[in-house]
Amino acid sequence: MTPSGAEFVRQIKGQIAEVDPAQVHDVLWDENVVLVDVRESDEVAAGKLPGAVHVPRGFLESRIDGAVGDRDKRVVLYCASGNRSALAARTLTEDLGYANVESMTGGYTLWKDRGYEVDVPRTLSAEQRERYSRHILINEVGLEGQIKLIDSKVLLIGAGALGSPNALYLAAAGVGTIGIVDDDVVDLSNLQRQVVHGTSTIDTPKVESAAKRINDLNPDVKVVQHQQRLDADTVLELFKGYDVIVDGTDNFPTRYLINDAAVRLDKPVVSAAILGFEAQLSVFDTRSHEGHESGPCYRCLFPVPPPAELAPSCGANGVLGVLPGTAGLLQATEVIKLIIGVGDSLQGRLLMYDALAAEFNEVKVRKDPECPVCSRDRASISDDELGVFPDYEAFCAAAG
Amino acid sequence: MATIRIPPVLRPSVGGERQVSADGATVGDVLKDLVASHEELGSQLFGADGELNRFVNVYLNDEDVRVLGGLETAVGDADTLQILPAMAGGAA
Repeated sequence: MTPSGAEFVRQIKGQIAEVDPAQVHDVLWDENVVLVDVRESDEVAAGKLPGAVHVPRGFLESRIDGAVGDRDKRVVLYCASGNRSALAARTLTEDLGYANVESMTGGYTLWKDRGYEVDVPRTLSAEQRERYSRHILINEVGLEGQIKLIDSKVLLIGAGALGSPNALYLAAAGVGTIGIVDDDVVDLSNLQRQVVHGTSTIDTPKVESAAKRINDLNPDVKVVQHQQRLDADTVLELFKGYDVIVDGTDNFPTRYLINDAAVRLDKPVVSAAILGFEAQLSVFDTRSHEGHESGPCYRCLFPVPPPAELAPSCGANGVLGVLPGTAGLLQATEVIKLIIGVGDSLQGRLLMYDALAAEFNEVKVRKDPECPVCSRDRASISDDELGVFPDYEAFCAAAG
Repeated sequence: MATIRIPPVLRPSVGGERQVSADGATVGDVLKDLVASHEELGSQLFGADGELNRFVNVYLNDEDVRVLGGLETAVGDADTLQILPAMAGGAA
């Protein structure tokens, strides 16, 4: 008499090796053990064991070689409750000659009940897939890159001319958190270039005006409004919560303050400056980790600011309205590349754009081995030193 | 004659030109020749000690002359010098 299905599974379990989740937990991340999830894709989407490879039981014979090439390797199979993995274990052992195969009793359900860690794969909602479909279609971004953008936190210093295009395009790109530091209110004379604001938000705080526009463009984005000037007392606390700092400020004290705090906290700064028809742009990224060589900082490039007559930055200056658009979008592009981790950044290079001549030029920015900030041990940079340089107040006062 | 690119803030000192030419076999000589015809630039480029001011960077083609031979760096007729003071403008 042929056995019932349940009886058959019981018989198989008697013929194969089973292992308790506790023993599997002991060998999690052990490179001598391969964990194979034999469930269906929709089950795996809800979570799996960390490090497990997915080979659905229906594709077991055709795909197992790709997942486990070495037939002497220890293989632990699991499914939802331990039945399908038992059947799969018999196939691997008896039909395919795997020497060391076990089936985890109780499967994913028992594993989870025991409170062991699980990997829940990130997915996007149907709406997000639609919104970001043109990103997902590019290999260099893809689903993985889009998730990185959604998880990222970018701080914009200034919601003005450079901050505007950054805010709009980073929001559109799906950057999950955008912090904005600005203590100003929207003025009619801003609207020639500060396109994140509008006529309807004149006289309202820039952070509030920008948040409103961003959330209309992309309600997924969390906008954190920091209605304040950047100052040495709060800069470290502020920067800690972000991955990338976007410097679009209009004065040297703030640029040095941003630089010093970012170096100390190992945060990359995407920096741009504009004047008249010209823009300067670079990435200052002094982090050093595997695959990334520490780059120069702003002080390596400009250890001291120019005197007042060469630094028309203390008062109002003219600028072609579209220029910060161009420069700000080059900044936003660098921010996105840093987050996704693709391409060559402007680290170690200063890009200059001359709008009148329609020319781009670039020079090398070298790391200064004697840089007063980034050549030092990060912890030795004291709070009192942040943003400090000689004689600045005198020259800004002289400039009126 | 080497070509010298003049940044916006210094253009009033050279009659509004975006680039000018000057003679000299070294970076120092070229800049001195430039200053000879545009005196205002003198105090903007050089300190009292005759060295380049620390707030001005000068690039021979795309390399900072400070990592080359400084003011002694040789300059050819086909070379371009870029004078670059920091700019801060942005949000205002």
